[in-house]
Amino acid sequence: MILSVNDLGISFGGLRAVDDFHIGIEQGELYGLIGPNGAGKTTVFNLLTGVYRPDEGKILLDGDDITGLSTIEINRAGIARTFQNIRLFKDLSVLDNVKIGLHNRFSYSTLEGILRLPNYFRTEKEMNVNAEELLEVFGLKDEKETLSKNLPYGKQRKLEIARALATAPKLLLLDEPAAGMNPNETGELMETIRFVRDHFKMTILLIEHDMKLVAGICERLTVLNFGSVLVEGETEKVLNDPEVIRAYLGED
Amino acid sequence: MKFTKQTKHDLITCGIVAAFYILVTILSATGHLSNHFRGLLVPLCYYAIAAVSLNLVVGILGDLSLGHAGFMCIGAFSSSLFSVAVKNSGLPSPLRFLIALVIGTLMAALFGFLIGIPVLRLNGDYLAIVTLAFGEIIKNFLSAVYLGYDEAGIHASFKSFQLQGEGKMLINGAMGIQGTPMDSSFTVAVLLLLITLAVVMNIVNSRTGRAIMAIRDNRIAAESVGINVTSYKMLAFTVSAAIAGCAGVLFSHNTTTLTASSTYFGYNVSIMILVYVVLGGIGSIRGSVIAAAVLYVLPEMLRGLSTYRMLIYSIVLIVMMLINWAPGAIAFRERYGIMAFLRRRNENRGKEGQRS
Repeated sequence: MILSVNDLGISFGGLRAVDDFHIGIEQGELYGLIGPNGAGKTTVFNLLTGVYRPDEGKILLDGDDITGLSTIEINRAGIARTFQNIRLFKDLSVLDNVKIGLHNRFSYSTLEGILRLPNYFRTEKEMNVNAEELLEVFGLKDEKETLSKNLPYGKQRKLEIARALATAPKLLLLDEPAAGMNPNETGELMETIRFVRDHFKMTILLIEHDMKLVAGICERLTVLNFGSVLVEGETEKVLNDPEVIRAYLGED
Repeated sequence: MKFTKQTKHDLITCGIVAAFYILVTILSATGHLSNHFRGLLVPLCYYAIAAVSLNLVVGILGDLSLGHAGFMCIGAFSSSLFSVAVKNSGLPSPLRFLIALVIGTLMAALFGFLIGIPVLRLNGDYLAIVTLAFGEIIKNFLSAVYLGYDEAGIHASFKSFQLQGEGKMLINGAMGIQGTPMDSSFTVAVLLLLITLAVVMNIVNSRTGRAIMAIRDNRIAAESVGINVTSYKMLAFTVSAAIAGCAGVLFSHNTTTLTASSTYFGYNVSIMILVYVVLGGIGSIRGSVIAAAVLYVLPEMLRGLSTYRMLIYSIVLIVMMLINWAPGAIAFRERYGIMAFLRRRNENRGKEGQRS
């Protein structure tokens, strides 16, 4: 199991934002986390990535306990994410955005950078090769010199995924990747996500409101409601569950 | 050897400085420069160095610091202290200046680091105000301290005191440090400016610089890809303080009487350096150097106009601001500017190449 979470919980003041959350994701799985607005999905992501420290519970990544580690340590342990509102390094080029993702995988000291020692040129070259490979995969190679803020919306989403993958994660978290996309773009995005899973043998956990996307690519789902797990299981079964329908549409 | 676009851009910046140096040296040798102008050359260089160092914090790291005159002050005093103390020991002056430079730079770096620990927890306006306060504290402390040595040892106090027998006052309160050897010269200053440019531009175009700019652009995303925000912020701030200290060393070795007065190290100087950075273009290293040179020399050259001097200076500031930042001016530059002209020419050549 790549990710195994048990009894995860956090309170903000008197509000129980996430309670007794649990999830188990297998290697190579495409897993969806859904739920009505305010159910606590993004809070779960923030707990998994160390933005918040959980009050209780345990998070195991590939068998290692990563509970309570910082965002940076968790990224190094192997979780990368994208954000609901795109967070690119907007005044840097597309290539630099991905190279920042490679930051911890290719290293030379600041002094080597200032003095331009051989290791600087060697490592920079390796980084360029790696980053360009990733951009090629996402069809962004022609725009590598473009400032990332000047990319069209759909490509910005792709770039964010490419940057996350550059950190060579074991688990990729996508927070509402289809937010703000039209049906065409969403269709293309579904292809991209599926491709990422197959090409990189990646395990993906995604939050999504677009049910077409969820039904189209997720193999299993967990439904969150008022901070706790309502239902989990195979996508088809979960989406037809009367409890889930009631949570989304309310009772008549 | 093939250079990347960025490397070319950086080499041109260094080339501009070198060309300026050669031009001034020739004019000076043939007697075309007034004494007054020659006296401006070293200050011009240390303000350019200070502007580049501040740009590392304001433009590259994206934090506003108003305490850079304070770091200059530390560099100036610590290096002067050393130079005055060893003045009569027979140390050759280039070596003495080199050691003074190292001391001044390292002391400023040390204080940059120490001040950075509490200060870099803040953001935006708060950071600006606190760095401004630290700058003032440094200046006021150094203008109040008395330091001297005599037969009984070293004395330091906030009150004036009498030395016994043979001895020397090193820092004499508000009178500052007297008799710093004049080791700065235009050549040394230009060399230091070039080294500063190389250091800052190489940092910007390295893994370290990318991490710093990632923090500027989006702190949360930077953390999410595993960049240690605190340590890179500290690094940028410390390096910047060190370079400001280097500017201070040039300053103090260009004057025989060094006082920590607000004319030289007050917050108005910090703000003046910030003006160079902003008008040169935030984040543009080349811009900082050019703006510092133009805006430092201009009011000095206008001294003959006395009352109208500051009026003209302000108008130049406003015009530069408009040319740099007004959307209309940017659009105009993109369409009719030199770079656009060169680009069009290249494209046309490319087309002709295809035809033939």
